[in-house]
Amino acid sequence: MSLFDKFSTFLEESEPLLSIKPDIFGTKIEKLYSSTEASIDGRKVLLAGTNNYLGLTFAPECIAAAHKAIDDEGTGTTGSRMANGNYDSHRALERELADFYNCATGIVFSTGYQANLGTISGLVGSGDVLLIDAHCHASIYDGCKLSGAEVIRFRHNDVADLDKRLNRLGDRARSTLIMVEGIYSMLGDTAPLAEITKCKEKYGSYLLIDEAHSLGVLGDTGQGLVEVAGVGDSVDFITGTFSKSLGSIGGYCVSNHQQLEVIRYLSRPYIFTASPSPSNIASARAALVLLKNGKALRERLWGHANKLYSHLLGLGLNLGPEPGPVISAQVDSEEEVLRIWSSLIEKGVYVNLIFPPASPQNKPLIRISVSAAHTEEQIDFICNRFSEIMS
Amino acid sequence: MYSKEDIFNKVSEQLKLSANADTKITADTNIAEQFALDSVKVLDLLMEIEDDFDVSVPLNLMADVQTVNELVEVIYKLELEK
Repeated sequence: MSLFDKFSTFLEESEPLLSIKPDIFGTKIEKLYSSTEASIDGRKVLLAGTNNYLGLTFAPECIAAAHKAIDDEGTGTTGSRMANGNYDSHRALERELADFYNCATGIVFSTGYQANLGTISGLVGSGDVLLIDAHCHASIYDGCKLSGAEVIRFRHNDVADLDKRLNRLGDRARSTLIMVEGIYSMLGDTAPLAEITKCKEKYGSYLLIDEAHSLGVLGDTGQGLVEVAGVGDSVDFITGTFSKSLGSIGGYCVSNHQQLEVIRYLSRPYIFTASPSPSNIASARAALVLLKNGKALRERLWGHANKLYSHLLGLGLNLGPEPGPVISAQVDSEEEVLRIWSSLIEKGVYVNLIFPPASPQNKPLIRISVSAAHTEEQIDFICNRFSEIMS
Repeated sequence: MYSKEDIFNKVSEQLKLSANADTKITADTNIAEQFALDSVKVLDLLMEIEDDFDVSVPLNLMADVQTVNELVEVIYKLELEK
């Protein structure tokens, strides 16, 4: 039995999907024209699967800030936050994020994935309990695994199931961290956060919300679901990413618990990696200012989301339960989902294609994400291409 | 308090329902392989079984569970700890 035998089995089973062109698991973007247009397989396509919700990747303020940071501080930090990679700009962004959420403190990580990995494994350990929504992202599952704590799943968005499981824990509920997301990445639905918060208070547990997909998208100032639900003071930890609405790369955790600072000395994903590059931090800081003042961007984004959701619902697609910038259609078969995805590419629209077990309920997904940078004409273009394909 | 036989019967029942199969299930039946269940489907099946016995099975314990009998043992142990 060699090291690579398992690869042979995987490659044999996956051959039908791996042989499709363009590559569905690594679609090559040949040229980028703007935040909404690119070239794939020699064809100009409209990008409708990017997580670039506010369209800030080409914002002049962010580009200028990134250029200046490279000029001033170079291309990379070449070290960990614990060693030579702890710059004034990292600390400044941490302060700005904490202030944005009215929190006591904040920590910046090198990616959004590491923000969850580092926060969970830093806060929680052997003897503690993690209660996670079944639809949580892989970074949360992996953080749980790294923590060494007891991990229990509850049914997606089911507060009664959460309550039942907290009740079963008895006194251990007081050393339990509950984890949910603002907008779930697969179906685009939101957590019932006010009810979840009441539940965690009833048992004296702690609550972490990952606002990766909801930062910049929900709330008057774009904080995310905590702002819409009005529970910012009751949520214990908020994590998020710079790689969606902020158009950079990196992640964060903010909290009113000063003890969060201690994980700087305990969290391996924070310690044993290079810190974010100066240009990533600079563009994220510039984007955060635009995001806070981005009410018009959010209105535009939601206008697009509502229009596209209504149109796709009218075509009979099996969509997630609520409209939002992530619009997912569950498709019954692999053949049909591939037909839709390939036809969209041929007609000039790029969307995401997701297969089980990454997608829930054992069904493949076509996932579309809209951006404030899309024009009305581009949203109409997406609607019309779907109409042609589904007719 | 459920006996191991009670637990085995309930687990078999849920497995047949979830996998939509009428295969004979024994203590040595490999849950994932025999019913072509991926890891997420096994975890979803687990939620149904948890409700039957009013226990929560930590995912950490599932890492070593492959057969029906191994799952029965885990649930039995959690029952004893209640």
